[in-house]
Amino acid sequence: MTVVIGFEGSANKIGIGIIRDGEVLSNPRRTYITPPGQGFMPSDTARHHRAVILTVLKEALDQAGLKPEDIDCVAYTKGPGMGAPLVTTALVARTVAQLWGKPLLGVNHCIGHIEMGRLITKANNPTVLYVSGGNTQVIAYSERRYRIFGETIDIAVGNCLDRFARVIKISNDPSPGYNIEQMAKKGSQYVELPYTVKGMDVSFSGILSYIEEAAHKMLSSGQCTAEDLCFSLQETLFSMLVEITERAMAHCGSQEVLIVGGVGCNLRLQEMMEVMCKERGAKLFATDERFCIDNGAMIAQAGWEMFRSGQVTQLEESWITQRLIPFYCVFFFHKHYNKAWK
Amino acid sequence: MAVPELLSKAELIKQGAEARVYRVQFLGKPAIVKERFPKRYRHPVLDEKLTHRRAVQEVRSILRCRRAGISAPVVYFVDYTSNCIFMEEILGSSTVRDYITSTQQSDSCQEQKLEQLAERIGQVLAKMHDEDVIHGDLTTSNVLLRHGQEDKVSDLVLIDFGLSYISALPEDKGVDLYVLEKAFLSTHPNTEALFQKLLKSYTLSSKKSSAVIKKLDEVRLRGRKRSMVG
Repeated sequence: MTVVIGFEGSANKIGIGIIRDGEVLSNPRRTYITPPGQGFMPSDTARHHRAVILTVLKEALDQAGLKPEDIDCVAYTKGPGMGAPLVTTALVARTVAQLWGKPLLGVNHCIGHIEMGRLITKANNPTVLYVSGGNTQVIAYSERRYRIFGETIDIAVGNCLDRFARVIKISNDPSPGYNIEQMAKKGSQYVELPYTVKGMDVSFSGILSYIEEAAHKMLSSGQCTAEDLCFSLQETLFSMLVEITERAMAHCGSQEVLIVGGVGCNLRLQEMMEVMCKERGAKLFATDERFCIDNGAMIAQAGWEMFRSGQVTQLEESWITQRLIPFYCVFFFHKHYNKAWK
Repeated sequence: MAVPELLSKAELIKQGAEARVYRVQFLGKPAIVKERFPKRYRHPVLDEKLTHRRAVQEVRSILRCRRAGISAPVVYFVDYTSNCIFMEEILGSSTVRDYITSTQQSDSCQEQKLEQLAERIGQVLAKMHDEDVIHGDLTTSNVLLRHGQEDKVSDLVLIDFGLSYISALPEDKGVDLYVLEKAFLSTHPNTEALFQKLLKSYTLSSKKSSAVIKKLDEVRLRGRKRSMVG
């Protein structure tokens, strides 16, 4: 029996989760929400995390009914993400690891999402669409490795949505993406927006700059409502994502899709992906906001995999990095338990 | 006979993510029909616009390439209501993808053969970009080797111009090469040096290559290697 505690704080969510052999024992989280029209800055975000992290840590232990001595190892997000919040989180993880005398595990944030997705949905060998504020990638298994097949060549889809929300001053509570989704449900008019798929990749900066410029003009002239813009933006962005996912599936002959990352909570995206999957006879796997959005348990789960394959992070190696490129090709931790990943 | 009726009786060769390809006879010539079918997950207005635009762009780009002397399928007929393109079937050909894979497995002078191929591909792409045609979906499955007679060199044929468009911008050409680089390296492991040969050949053959290669270097640094703050 292995109990892992995971610390996640790479963006504006600070979460600490505890997992025991695939069972989520606790997963509390806090979100740093800025006023409408503003994004979150690294130093303010880190300040927010510092203020609440010990409370969240206590919650995680209490909700799991565990004491520090019951924990076997401490996992934390090594990267990628924003520097200051990552440092705050890593600092606490390092400190408790030393206080409790437990090994440390530096986890890749992106892999945390994927591992959690697979744990919750039991997807076997899926094409993964990883979409969040900071990442947009299509990852599929081909030629004996997980590879990034398609990705954004500029900004992430969540970043595009968040920045659009700022332009028309949509509330960031609980998250800008959630509010865009609710407004989109009330939109009816489809406004044509730039659609940019380049091979297996996508580009969002074009559609963002277009809509940033055009939004005010269209809204003040009464050509369309803010709800119509939200609707049109979602339809366009998500079509692009479904298209590159389908291309990767066609290339690899895959019959399963797993959506992970904060934007994966969006029900319209899930709905569109489901339609595509049905037409191909494929199966869609998705999780809810507990696990789509950044959380501590996903870090614990990825850490659990690492630990079981004998990997730990030495204190000298326990730095953080803003640009940790996920080496999907190197999956040490899987070869011991799941042949499909070899 | 109307196109949909014709296709219902035709032989389906391939179903990709975006289109179905059928084998037919067109005025006595062996031809294929590329039928773009509606994608139900898309908003109908977006779907119609996108499907139509891609069919038009595909035909336009193929014609432009052919006029410049680049091998691409001959377009026989286009039905814009059903978004079907009737074009030449490239007989006696294999994809560069299959060629590279099989050549890597055999051991007789594979390095030389592959290098020659890489150089030729670089030349063809340089010619295409000098015509301001952006392919948009360059992969080794979208370049065919049409086997000529015994002693003649195989002809390189470009296909699948569905995502193509016309642009003079080095940025767009750089991205076009980036798409190929990613597809190339992920499909054919350990071919970094080979791809460098391709780029070198491109640089030498194209009149506008330096700006393009500069953009390619910039594009490589974007995306997940970029700090996504703000």
